[in-house]
Amino acid sequence: MVLDCAHVWEQISEYLDDTLDAAVREEVQRHLESCEICSAVLDSVHNILILTADDRVFQLPVGYSARLHARIDDFLNQRPLEPPPESSNSG
Amino acid sequence: MEIESESEARLIEQVIAGESQLFHQLIRPYERRLYLTAFSVLRNEADAEDAVQEAVLKAYINLHQFRADARFSTWLISITLNEARYRLRKAKGVYFESLDSPPEEQTFTPAVLVDWREVPSEALDRLEVRQMLVDAVAELPEIYRVVFAARDLEGLDVNETAQALSLTVSSVKVRLHRARMMLQKRLAPLLKTTVRAPRRFPWF
Repeated sequence: MVLDCAHVWEQISEYLDDTLDAAVREEVQRHLESCEICSAVLDSVHNILILTADDRVFQLPVGYSARLHARIDDFLNQRPLEPPPESSNSG
Repeated sequence: MEIESESEARLIEQVIAGESQLFHQLIRPYERRLYLTAFSVLRNEADAEDAVQEAVLKAYINLHQFRADARFSTWLISITLNEARYRLRKAKGVYFESLDSPPEEQTFTPAVLVDWREVPSEALDRLEVRQMLVDAVAELPEIYRVVFAARDLEGLDVNETAQALSLTVSSVKVRLHRARMMLQKRLAPLLKTTVRAPRRFPWF
Protein backbone atom coordinates (compact mmCIF):
# COMPACT_ATOMS: atom_id res chain seq x y z
CA MET A 1 0.00 0.00 0.00
CA VAL A 2 1.30 3.44 -0.91
CA LEU A 3 -0.11 6.32 1.10
CA ASP A 4 -0.86 9.65 -0.50
CA CYS A 5 -0.32 12.96 1.31
CA ALA A 6 -3.93 13.32 2.47
CA HIS A 7 -3.80 9.93 4.15
CA VAL A 8 -0.52 10.77 5.82
CA TRP A 9 -1.97 14.02 7.20
CA GLU A 10 -4.73 11.97 8.84
CA GLN A 11 -2.09 9.94 10.67
CA ILE A 12 0.16 12.75 11.84
CA SER A 13 -1.25 13.09 15.34
CA GLU A 14 -1.01 9.38 16.10
CA TYR A 15 2.41 9.26 14.44
CA LEU A 16 3.62 11.92 16.87
CA ASP A 17 2.08 10.03 19.81
CA ASP A 18 3.57 6.77 18.53
CA THR A 19 0.21 4.98 18.67
CA LEU A 20 -0.02 3.80 15.05
CA ASP A 21 0.03 0.14 14.13
CA ALA A 22 3.54 -0.89 13.16
CA ALA A 23 2.59 -1.48 9.52
CA VAL A 24 0.89 1.90 9.13
CA ARG A 25 3.71 3.64 10.92
CA GLU A 26 6.17 2.10 8.49
CA GLU A 27 4.12 3.32 5.51
CA VAL A 28 3.92 6.81 6.95
CA GLN A 29 7.64 6.78 7.68
CA ARG A 30 8.40 5.72 4.11
CA HIS A 31 6.20 8.49 2.71
CA LEU A 32 7.78 11.10 4.98
CA GLU A 33 11.26 10.16 3.80
CA SER A 34 10.39 11.09 0.24
CA CYS A 35 7.83 13.88 0.68
CA GLU A 36 9.09 17.33 1.64
CA ILE A 37 5.59 18.70 2.11
CA CYS A 38 4.46 16.05 4.59
CA SER A 39 7.78 16.28 6.42
CA ALA A 40 7.31 20.02 6.77
CA VAL A 41 3.73 19.54 8.00
CA LEU A 42 4.90 16.99 10.56
CA ASP A 43 7.79 19.17 11.74
CA SER A 44 5.57 22.23 12.04
CA VAL A 45 2.91 20.39 14.07
CA HIS A 46 5.60 19.00 16.36
CA ASN A 47 7.20 22.43 16.75
CA ILE A 48 3.84 24.09 17.50
CA LEU A 49 3.03 21.51 20.17
CA ILE A 50 6.34 22.15 21.92
CA LEU A 51 5.82 25.91 21.80
CA THR A 52 2.21 25.87 23.08
CA ALA A 53 3.12 23.52 25.95
CA ASP A 54 5.80 25.92 27.20
CA ASP A 55 4.83 27.34 30.59
CA ARG A 56 5.53 30.87 29.36
CA VAL A 57 2.59 30.71 26.93
CA PHE A 58 -0.29 29.93 29.28
CA GLN A 59 0.83 31.62 32.49
CA LEU A 60 -0.94 31.38 35.81
CA PRO A 61 -2.29 34.74 37.03
CA VAL A 62 0.04 36.41 39.53
CA GLY A 63 -0.99 35.37 43.04
CA TYR A 64 -3.24 32.56 41.79
CA SER A 65 -1.83 29.90 44.11
CA ALA A 66 -1.84 32.14 47.19
CA ARG A 67 -5.47 33.15 46.59
CA LEU A 68 -6.48 29.52 46.04
CA HIS A 69 -4.96 28.40 49.33
CA ALA A 70 -6.35 31.41 51.19
CA ARG A 71 -9.81 30.48 49.93
CA ILE A 72 -9.28 26.87 51.06
CA ASP A 73 -8.18 28.13 54.47
CA ASP A 74 -11.24 30.34 54.81
CA PHE A 75 -13.42 27.39 53.96
CA LEU A 76 -11.66 24.94 56.26
CA ASN A 77 -11.92 27.35 59.15
CA GLN A 78 -15.65 27.69 58.63
CA ARG A 79 -16.44 24.10 57.86
CA PRO A 80 -14.34 21.14 58.93
CA LEU A 81 -14.95 18.06 56.80
CA GLU A 82 -17.74 15.94 58.19
CA PRO A 83 -16.99 12.23 58.43
CA PRO A 84 -18.59 10.20 55.66
CA PRO A 85 -21.86 8.50 56.55
CA GLU A 86 -21.53 4.93 57.85
CA SER A 87 -23.43 3.54 54.85
CA SER A 88 -20.72 4.78 52.44
CA ASN A 89 -18.36 2.10 53.75
CA SER A 90 -20.58 -0.69 52.54
CA GLY A 91 -20.07 -0.09 48.79
CA MET B 1 -6.14 0.94 42.26
CA GLU B 2 -4.84 3.66 39.96
CA ILE B 3 -3.78 6.33 42.28
CA GLU B 4 -0.78 8.60 41.64
CA SER B 5 1.18 7.35 44.60
CA GLU B 6 0.94 5.69 47.94
CA SER B 7 1.64 8.98 49.67
CA GLU B 8 -1.26 10.60 47.85
CA ALA B 9 -3.61 7.79 48.86
CA ARG B 10 -2.47 8.24 52.44
CA LEU B 11 -3.00 11.99 52.25
CA ILE B 12 -6.56 11.47 51.04
CA GLU B 13 -7.26 9.12 53.94
CA GLN B 14 -5.79 11.59 56.42
CA VAL B 15 -7.87 14.49 55.12
CA ILE B 16 -11.03 12.39 55.28
CA ALA B 17 -10.08 11.34 58.81
CA GLY B 18 -10.03 14.99 59.86
CA GLU B 19 -6.56 16.33 59.11
CA SER B 20 -8.09 18.92 56.87
CA GLN B 21 -5.02 21.16 56.56
CA LEU B 22 -3.33 18.40 54.54
CA PHE B 23 -5.80 19.19 51.77
CA HIS B 24 -3.48 22.05 50.75
CA GLN B 25 -0.71 19.54 50.13
CA LEU B 26 -3.04 17.25 48.21
CA ILE B 27 -4.10 19.98 45.78
CA ARG B 28 -0.77 21.72 45.23
CA PRO B 29 0.60 19.45 42.44
CA TYR B 30 -2.52 20.02 40.33
CA GLU B 31 -2.94 23.79 40.52
CA ARG B 32 -1.67 24.49 37.03
CA ARG B 33 -3.64 21.67 35.41
CA LEU B 34 -6.85 22.80 37.06
CA TYR B 35 -6.32 26.38 35.93
CA LEU B 36 -5.67 25.28 32.34
CA THR B 37 -8.80 23.12 32.40
CA ALA B 38 -10.99 25.99 33.57
CA PHE B 39 -9.31 28.46 31.21
CA SER B 40 -9.83 26.13 28.25
CA VAL B 41 -13.57 26.45 28.80
CA LEU B 42 -13.94 30.02 30.07
CA ARG B 43 -11.08 31.75 28.23
CA ASN B 44 -10.87 34.41 30.92
CA GLU B 45 -8.28 34.48 33.71
CA ALA B 46 -10.49 35.76 36.53
CA ASP B 47 -13.37 33.45 35.66
CA ALA B 48 -11.03 30.46 35.40
CA GLU B 49 -9.51 31.25 38.79
CA ASP B 50 -12.95 31.53 40.42
CA ALA B 51 -14.00 28.24 38.84
CA VAL B 52 -10.91 26.46 40.14
CA GLN B 53 -11.48 27.76 43.67
CA GLU B 54 -15.07 26.57 43.64
CA ALA B 55 -14.15 23.22 42.11
CA VAL B 56 -11.43 22.60 44.67
CA LEU B 57 -13.85 23.28 47.52
CA LYS B 58 -16.33 20.87 45.94
CA ALA B 59 -13.56 18.28 45.71
CA TYR B 60 -12.88 18.75 49.41
CA ILE B 61 -16.54 18.38 50.37
CA ASN B 62 -16.89 15.26 48.23
CA LEU B 63 -13.50 13.74 48.95
CA HIS B 64 -15.04 10.77 50.76
CA GLN B 65 -16.78 9.88 47.49
CA PHE B 66 -13.47 9.49 45.65
CA ARG B 67 -13.13 5.77 45.14
CA ALA B 68 -9.73 5.56 43.47
CA ASP B 69 -11.15 3.76 40.46
CA ALA B 70 -9.93 6.89 38.69
CA ARG B 71 -6.76 8.84 39.20
CA PHE B 72 -7.14 11.65 41.69
CA SER B 73 -5.90 14.10 39.05
CA THR B 74 -8.56 13.11 36.52
CA TRP B 75 -11.23 13.25 39.22
CA LEU B 76 -10.17 16.80 40.08
CA ILE B 77 -10.02 17.82 36.44
CA SER B 78 -13.46 16.39 35.84
CA ILE B 79 -14.92 18.42 38.73
CA THR B 80 -13.17 21.55 37.46
CA LEU B 81 -14.42 21.02 33.94
CA ASN B 82 -18.00 20.63 35.17
CA GLU B 83 -17.71 23.76 37.28
CA ALA B 84 -16.28 25.77 34.38
CA ARG B 85 -18.95 24.55 31.97
CA TYR B 86 -21.68 25.29 34.51
CA ARG B 87 -20.39 28.84 34.87
CA LEU B 88 -20.18 29.33 31.14
CA ARG B 89 -23.72 28.08 30.70
CA LYS B 90 -24.95 30.35 33.47
CA ALA B 91 -23.13 33.37 32.06
CA LYS B 92 -24.34 32.85 28.54
CA GLY B 93 -27.78 31.64 29.46
CA VAL B 94 -27.82 29.39 26.44
CA TYR B 95 -27.46 25.73 25.73
CA PHE B 96 -24.14 24.80 24.27
CA GLU B 97 -22.78 21.72 22.68
CA SER B 98 -22.26 18.64 24.81
CA LEU B 99 -18.67 17.50 25.10
CA ASP B 100 -19.77 14.10 23.95
CA SER B 101 -21.72 15.15 20.89
CA PRO B 102 -20.27 13.68 17.72
CA PRO B 103 -17.88 16.02 15.96
CA GLU B 104 -18.99 17.18 12.56
CA GLU B 105 -17.54 15.35 9.60
CA GLN B 106 -14.88 17.53 8.14
CA THR B 107 -11.60 17.03 6.40
CA PHE B 108 -8.78 19.11 7.75
CA THR B 109 -6.15 20.22 5.33
CA PRO B 110 -2.97 21.53 6.93
CA ALA B 111 -1.04 24.59 5.87
CA VAL B 112 1.07 23.19 3.07
CA LEU B 113 4.72 24.12 3.38
CA VAL B 114 7.72 23.04 1.39
CA ASP B 115 10.02 23.30 4.37
CA TRP B 116 9.88 24.14 8.05
CA ARG B 117 12.65 25.82 9.95
CA GLU B 118 12.22 25.15 13.62
CA VAL B 119 10.96 28.06 15.71
CA PRO B 120 13.17 27.94 18.80
CA SER B 121 11.70 28.35 22.27
CA GLU B 122 13.62 31.64 22.56
CA ALA B 123 10.96 33.10 20.28
CA LEU B 124 8.59 32.85 23.26
CA ASP B 125 10.45 35.73 24.86
CA ARG B 126 8.39 37.87 22.49
CA LEU B 127 4.95 38.72 23.81
CA GLU B 128 3.47 38.83 20.30
CA VAL B 129 4.52 35.23 19.68
CA ARG B 130 3.08 34.02 23.02
CA GLN B 131 -0.14 35.91 22.33
CA MET B 132 -0.36 34.40 18.86
CA LEU B 133 -0.27 30.92 20.36
CA VAL B 134 -2.79 31.74 23.10
CA ASP B 135 -5.19 33.27 20.58
CA ALA B 136 -4.94 30.29 18.25
CA VAL B 137 -5.77 27.84 21.04
CA ALA B 138 -8.56 30.08 22.37
CA GLU B 139 -10.16 30.18 18.93
CA LEU B 140 -10.41 26.42 18.58
CA PRO B 141 -14.00 25.16 18.89
CA GLU B 142 -14.64 24.11 22.49
CA ILE B 143 -14.92 20.39 21.82
CA TYR B 144 -11.39 20.43 20.39
CA ARG B 145 -9.98 23.02 22.79
CA VAL B 146 -10.71 21.09 25.99
CA VAL B 147 -9.18 17.91 24.57
CA PHE B 148 -6.11 19.79 23.37
CA ALA B 149 -5.72 21.46 26.78
CA ALA B 150 -5.97 18.20 28.69
CA ARG B 151 -3.62 16.25 26.43
CA ASP B 152 -1.11 18.77 25.13
CA LEU B 153 -1.10 21.53 27.75
CA GLU B 154 -1.73 19.55 30.93
CA GLY B 155 0.14 16.46 29.80
CA LEU B 156 -2.53 13.83 30.45
CA ASP B 157 -2.24 10.73 28.29
CA VAL B 158 -5.04 9.77 25.92
CA ASN B 159 -6.72 7.40 28.40
CA GLU B 160 -6.60 9.93 31.23
CA THR B 161 -7.98 12.62 28.91
CA ALA B 162 -10.84 10.33 27.94
CA GLN B 163 -11.61 9.61 31.59
CA ALA B 164 -11.38 13.23 32.74
CA LEU B 165 -13.62 14.48 29.91
CA SER B 166 -15.98 11.46 29.88
CA LEU B 167 -15.16 10.72 26.26
CA THR B 168 -14.20 7.56 24.43
CA VAL B 169 -10.53 7.08 23.61
CA SER B 170 -11.30 7.19 19.91
CA SER B 171 -13.15 10.52 20.30
CA VAL B 172 -10.16 11.93 22.12
CA LYS B 173 -7.83 10.81 19.32
CA VAL B 174 -10.02 12.29 16.59
CA ARG B 175 -10.52 15.61 18.37
CA LEU B 176 -6.88 15.87 19.35
CA HIS B 177 -5.83 15.30 15.77
CA ARG B 178 -8.21 17.93 14.50
CA ALA B 179 -7.16 20.44 17.16
CA ARG B 180 -3.50 19.94 16.29
CA MET B 181 -4.10 20.28 12.57
CA MET B 182 -6.24 23.40 13.04
CA LEU B 183 -3.45 24.94 15.07
CA GLN B 184 -0.91 24.02 12.42
CA LYS B 185 -3.04 25.56 9.70
CA ARG B 186 -3.48 28.77 11.64
CA LEU B 187 -0.05 29.08 13.22
CA ALA B 188 2.47 27.70 10.76
CA PRO B 189 2.13 30.58 8.25
CA LEU B 190 1.98 33.17 11.05
CA LEU B 191 5.02 31.85 12.85
CA LYS B 192 6.92 31.58 9.62
CA THR B 193 6.38 35.22 8.76
CA THR B 194 6.46 36.68 12.28
CA VAL B 195 9.43 34.87 13.71
CA ARG B 196 11.45 34.86 10.51
CA ALA B 197 10.62 38.43 9.50
CA PRO B 198 13.65 40.71 9.50
CA ARG B 199 13.58 43.40 12.14
CA ARG B 200 12.31 46.66 10.81
CA PHE B 201 15.25 48.55 12.28
CA PRO B 202 18.14 46.08 12.08
CA TRP B 203 20.63 48.66 13.34
CA PHE B 204 19.09 48.60 16.84
